Formats: sequence, structure tokens, C-alpha cells
Amino acid sequence: MDKAAETALMDLIEPTVRATNVNIYYGETHAIKDVNLDISPKAVTALIGPSGCGKSTFLRCINRMNDTIPSCHMTGKVTLDGQDIYDKKIDVVQLRARVGMVFQKPNPFPKSIYDNVAYGPRIHGLAGNDTDLDNIVFNSLQKSGLWEEVKDRLDTPGTALSGGQQQRLCIARTIAINPEVILMDEPCSALDPIATAIIEELITELKERFTIVIVTHSMQQAARVSQKTAFFHMGKILEFGDTSEIFTNPKVEKTKDYITGRYG
Amino acid sequence: MSQNHILSSFDEELNDLRAQIVTMGRLVEEQYKNSLQALKTKDKELAEKVRKTDRLIDEMDTNIEKQAIHMIALRSPVADDLRDIVSTIKISAGLERIGDYAKNLAKRVTVIRHKKTISVSSALIDQMVTQIVSMISDVIDAYISRDIEKAIDVWRRDQMVDNLYNSLFREMLTYMMENPQYITPATHLLFIAKNIERAGDHATNIAELVYYINEGELLALKRPKNDSSNYADINTEE
Repeated sequence: MDKAAETALMDLIEPTVRATNVNIYYGETHAIKDVNLDISPKAVTALIGPSGCGKSTFLRCINRMNDTIPSCHMTGKVTLDGQDIYDKKIDVVQLRARVGMVFQKPNPFPKSIYDNVAYGPRIHGLAGNDTDLDNIVFNSLQKSGLWEEVKDRLDTPGTALSGGQQQRLCIARTIAINPEVILMDEPCSALDPIATAIIEELITELKERFTIVIVTHSMQQAARVSQKTAFFHMGKILEFGDTSEIFTNPKVEKTKDYITGRYG
Repeated sequence: MSQNHILSSFDEELNDLRAQIVTMGRLVEEQYKNSLQALKTKDKELAEKVRKTDRLIDEMDTNIEKQAIHMIALRSPVADDLRDIVSTIKISAGLERIGDYAKNLAKRVTVIRHKKTISVSSALIDQMVTQIVSMISDVIDAYISRDIEKAIDVWRRDQMVDNLYNSLFREMLTYMMENPQYITPATHLLFIAKNIERAGDHATNIAELVYYINEGELLALKRPKNDSSNYADINTEE
């Protein structure tokens, strides 16, 4: 299927995540202004925009990470498969198991490689016995492309790995609990080009199973890995559309100025 | 034109690339004027000069392509910058080809020098060259000033070149049937005319690229096509 047909098909499928009239405030500061966004399942949606435009804030509202910031409050609605994630009945821990997150700086637990991956399945009771757990760890490390590199030293600390390996360990940890959505907040900004390429290849593979939302400052990365791109500017989405269209023929002047590196 | 890039060296490179296209375009215009002059006056030296200048145009095309590839590799251009650079490679290749046709015209000067002159059709060739020179000139202006209206105008004018070609085609057939002595010069003139007609098509391509750089979309209108010489026939019964 060609790119245009693929993205056209995506528009017909019910979105996994739907944000409706989302406003987010940090105290008096109005960080996100009336954002509406549909995130398609099993695809990569990139959020781009200048520093402070609100893309990370928006990303964090998809698994309620902003709840941990006392001054932060929001209005509007965010649904996951049609279910309001800010509903009082929602268990935030369960929500974050369904919506995993990978951060800018790799942050493995100060535990062994094995325990880093096994931690989530253990606390969520996903493994019936040790063999099940071994399988989950094996599958997760395999999917994150780390297995071959670490299979002989699963008991060594996760923190002893290289930066790129640590990031893949964090991705293995995220997918070990089989989430629906993976949020990535600049996952490659601390990595060299080779480690970045490996993560990008991984993202492309992961989108077959997961819905991925990625915040990135690298325009080229957004262009390479995503199918949909949203351009944030001063808390608003100025343009949202097919990545190939945004990067060849953006409709909004500000988007063009930003991606081509002009004064905006 | 949109505002400048934060990296001013990128703007300098883009401007340099555009300037090279302008120089190349002006040179190609000159080539047609000189070829026509050489053809009319049967001037062998001038024809030779055209052939030499064509090598320079070929070199310019190679340089533009090199620089554009260098910019794509180093600047990772997107959006209008990407369209601009990629189209510039194609425009340069188009101009190079248009230049080749001028050279071809000049090459024939030596061949038809001693042949019987066909005066009426030289007038038609004259008109075709005038038309093609103004098309090149205007399409380069449109490219540099990002003027879509002008580009579309050039695009439409290709039809006139096609019409002139068709007239000339018919005329040459008549000449050839009239007197076999005319066959050699008429055939050469036909090739010349066909080459200019092709040059018109390339100028039309460039006009389409100018439109694409500006609008990000392909020119959707139906392309003007009036070259019906393939189907032209002279009724010998009459």
C-alpha cells in the first residue's frame, strides 16, 4: 500500500486516543490551549514544535503524568478507546500500564537488567510463574532488540549499559507490561546517531503492535519515523496532518518557518 | 518570498544556486540568438562559438547538480526549500537540454550552407526562435521572482511554438514534393524546427517546476499540446 493510501485508511479507523478541547494550566500559565487531536492506532504520531510550545505537557496528559504536578490542572476530555481517562473511576496505575512512557534520559532502575524488565509484570501480576516471567523478559528484550547484547549478563546492573542500550532497556521495560500506547518524550536526544538509528528502527517495528506518540526536536526524526505529525506552537496545534505532506508542503506559514529553520 | 533562514549561510547557498540558474538561462537565450544569426548569415565561426559555449552550459549543469546534492546532504532541506533545490536540479537539466538543441541548430549551419536556400521557412524558424527565446527569458524571470502567473503564461505559449512547427512541417513537405533538390535543406530545417519545438516542451517543463516550487502541487491543468505533425498529411490527389 502506498503512503497516501495508508494514511487515508488511518483516518477512517477509530482513534485510540482522542483529545477534545484540552486546556492545561500551570498555576496562572495557560500551557495548552483548546487542543483537539485524534491519535490513530498502530501508527506513530509525532509532536513537534519549538521549546515551551506545550508538546511535552500535552504528551504527559495522555497518561496523567501531569497529575503529579500540584499546580497543574486541566479541562477538556482525553479518551482511550472511548473511555474518559480523567474519570474518577479510572485507576491511574492501571492507566499507566496501558499507556507506557519512555523519557528523554534513559532511567533504568538501579537493579539488574532482568529485574528492570521483570519489575512491571511482577507488580501487575502478569506472570503466573518464573517460566512465564522468563518468557516475558526474553520477549521484551527480543522486541527491543537488546536480547543478543545482554543475554549473557542479565544479572548485571541496567545502569552499567551504554546510553543507547539503557534506552532500549527502558523500552523493553515499557513493553513488558504490554501497553496499548507508548509515549516517548525525546527518546533519542541523549543518544549518538547509531543508537538513534537503532531506536528509530525499533519504533518502526513497534508500531505494528503499539500506538506510539513521540515528542521530538529532530525534524528529520519526525519525518523518518512518523505517519502523522502535529505542529504545536504556543500551546496550540497549528497544523496536523500526514507527515509526508507536512514536510513537503506544509499549509501553515508558521509550520513551514519552523521546519525549514526560518525565524518564526 | 518568505523570510530568511536562521542559518544565513543556507540562504547564501540558495541564492547562489538561483543565480547560477539565471546565468545559465541567459546564456541559453544567447545561444539561440547566435544560432539563428549563424543560420541566417551562414556564419561558420559564430556556429563554432555556439558549439563551444554549449560545453560551458553542460559544465554549469554539472556544477548546479553537485551543489544541490551537497545542500541536500548537509542541510536536510524540507518543505519549500526541498522543492526548490530538487526542482533546481531538474530546471538545470532542462536548460542544458534546451541548450543542446541550440547547439544542434548551429551544427546544421555548416551542412546547409551550400544548399539551396528556402527563404519562407527561415521566416518561420525566425519566429520559432523568437518565441523560444522569450519563453526561456520569461520562465527564468518567473523562477527568480516566484511569479506563478508568468510561469503559467509561458506554459500556455508552448502552443504557439507547436503551431509554428506544424506550419513549417506542411510547408517543407510541399517544397520537397515540388522539387527533390529541396529534400536535403528541407530535412535539415525540419530537424531544426523539431528541435526548437522540443526546446519549447522543456521550457514548459520548467514553467511547471516553477509552479511546483511555489504551490507544492503539480500544475493540474491539461498541458497545451498542438504538435499534430505526426498526423499531418498532404493530399497528393489534389
